[in-house]
Amino acid sequence: MKETIYLDHAATTPVKQEVLEAMLPFFTESFGNPSSIYSFAQDSKQALEEARETIAKGIGALDREIYFTGSGTEADNWAIKGVAESYRSKGNHIITSKVEHHAVLHACEYLEKNGFEVTYLDVDADGIVDLEQLKSSIKDTTILITIMFANNEIGTVQPIREIGRIAKERGVLFHTDAVQAIGHVPVDVNDLGVDLLSISGHKFYGPKGVGVLYARKTVKLKAFIHGGGQERGRRGGTENVPGIVGMAKAMELALADMEEESARQRELRDYVKERILEKVPYARLNGHPEKRLPNNVNISFRFIEGESLLIMLDMKGICASSGSACTSGSLDPSHVLLAIGLPHEIAHGSLRISLGESSTREDMDTLVEALVPIVEKLRAMSPLYEDFVKNNG
Amino acid sequence: MEKKRVVVGMSGGVDSSVAAYLLKEQGYDVVGVTMQIWQDEDPEQVQENGGCCGLTAVDDARRVANALGIPYYVMNFKKPFEENVIDYFVREYLEGRTPNPCIACNRYVKWESLLERSLAIGAEYIATGHYAKVVRLENGRYALEQSATLEKDQTYALYNLNQEQLARTLMPVGDYTKEEVRQMAEKISVRIANKPDSQEICFVPDKDYAGFIERHTGAPSKEGDFVDLEGRVLGRHKGIAHYTVGQRKGLGLSLGRPCFVVEIRPQTGEVVVGTDQDVYAIGCIADRLNFMPFEQLEGTLRVQGKVRYNQKASDCTVRMIGEDRLECIFDTPQRAVTPGQALVLYDKNLVVGGGTILASIKKE
Repeated sequence: MKETIYLDHAATTPVKQEVLEAMLPFFTESFGNPSSIYSFAQDSKQALEEARETIAKGIGALDREIYFTGSGTEADNWAIKGVAESYRSKGNHIITSKVEHHAVLHACEYLEKNGFEVTYLDVDADGIVDLEQLKSSIKDTTILITIMFANNEIGTVQPIREIGRIAKERGVLFHTDAVQAIGHVPVDVNDLGVDLLSISGHKFYGPKGVGVLYARKTVKLKAFIHGGGQERGRRGGTENVPGIVGMAKAMELALADMEEESARQRELRDYVKERILEKVPYARLNGHPEKRLPNNVNISFRFIEGESLLIMLDMKGICASSGSACTSGSLDPSHVLLAIGLPHEIAHGSLRISLGESSTREDMDTLVEALVPIVEKLRAMSPLYEDFVKNNG
Repeated sequence: MEKKRVVVGMSGGVDSSVAAYLLKEQGYDVVGVTMQIWQDEDPEQVQENGGCCGLTAVDDARRVANALGIPYYVMNFKKPFEENVIDYFVREYLEGRTPNPCIACNRYVKWESLLERSLAIGAEYIATGHYAKVVRLENGRYALEQSATLEKDQTYALYNLNQEQLARTLMPVGDYTKEEVRQMAEKISVRIANKPDSQEICFVPDKDYAGFIERHTGAPSKEGDFVDLEGRVLGRHKGIAHYTVGQRKGLGLSLGRPCFVVEIRPQTGEVVVGTDQDVYAIGCIADRLNFMPFEQLEGTLRVQGKVRYNQKASDCTVRMIGEDRLECIFDTPQRAVTPGQALVLYDKNLVVGGGTILASIKKE
């Protein structure tokens, strides 16, 4: 039986044993509805508020600035559509970037169809937004800047503090999708000047189906899901207590050894990146070489189909991902890779690996050992490669 | 000994699921693949659409692959599909012909792009749930034979496969009747979608071909004249892409007698109409030829020819009349011999080959 090497932590992570144990009592024993009056439900209510405190502390926020949601995507949608609605009297202009997650891009496109104007900022070849373009794009009607913290595909970390400063100077709200960043890089909302921030529990060894929207207390945030009075009347629906407890536990654990673990993963990341680039010709690293997530490697191999590469890695028990997320129903090459200037055919031949706590140096060696002959084989069958070798040999 | 790997194109329907099941029983290392080939802008439309490659096919096929315990992947073929099928479809209609996109999809997407990618991931064969048989002839060449179930025979859309492609093709359900296949499907302990055999064009689910072409090219259809065989103008038509030879419905002409499209003239933009009798032709000229049991056709050959998917094969005589150009004369006149459609030739059950109809021959 082949062993599975999981190198797709940017997609999701396993729930840690300690996290699971923290969650379990809230399924069967302390199952009360936090909104109930009787004392039996107090355990749930208390656990909910402790979780809120843990998460608030984790990002330097106040407890009452933390809203639990069903996912990072919901948090993004709420932040963007909520601000758009609340601040419509002030203006209808939103600024974002071309490399955002679809949760942000599609929410913006939706608003465009409903009378809002959206500016999509360019990024440079490393995927960093153009701050000068940001400054010149802000106008009187601008009500929101939404720029992701770290990119889910190429790992590039944006200059969030600078963007926060610009936003503050110009009196514009700033939202950041920090789904990929939490647990990998320090996040402090006041230090960074962030007004709204999205979190997803399952990216840092918490459970799926739970997320957070942080909204600074001065932000006018309307209800997005109407219902009961949960989350101070702003997000109806009985709270996912076990999920929220698990997410808080996971964040606590992730932050406790973040510095150490990030340094370890960064070293592995650079090791595997160098090994691949050294052993495979006509390959390039996508994303910024230093300003990137400690666990992200994204490499394009010319003359091959990323899809075939992923299938062959899978046959060897290695789980990785590519720029083109075909199974999710999208047949077009990654908008992120196109935004950093890669031509279609190179964007199609991309591999993303994202490391996690279980990743070892042996895993990296196994990956490289598997990868090198696969790329060679795929290139041997590629007419483009044949032409290239003929013309350049 | 290492098992031979085969990639099965899976739609989640009965036929391709049974194909995968049979190959697994026969000891192959079976890998299931669903091809994603086109994408509708409107997600609601996509959901409505079944077909061999829609998004629902992915969910259905994955469930079957799980039940069979075989690895399963979705592969993206949007680009080859656009270039070889959609662009061709639009071009043919604009040139006054009636294309058969399924034939182009088989030849260039399934048996070229899918085969190529399957070989790349270490497979030796590709397999499908087509009702047809691949046979090796005494002279060493490969050919297709009609399946055991004639009413489900799908060889018409496969006449174009070349020798290299046939050599790497398995069609395991071709040996069984429809009933036997249905029984085998019950052995796979999972609900298998009983999809109707779609003869619609998958990327135009609303069947509004002309509307699709307008959206694709960004140009409105050019109106033109309906004329009779003597050249008299009878009225205005909505643009040549709205019509095909033999068509009666939707002409919008009221001449007090039934009218049928007899010919489409792309140069002048005219659509010629006449009586039902005028729709018959004695033969045709075809090009873009492919033969299975031999490389080149020599002399004349008595075979049976089919000019539309749903027509019966009829006795005819064929001979070459030039480089990549064949003349086919039927014993009895055939209805709606339409440029752009395929002429497929049979010798009893064996597919001899075929080509694209260039022009019909009205008189001997």
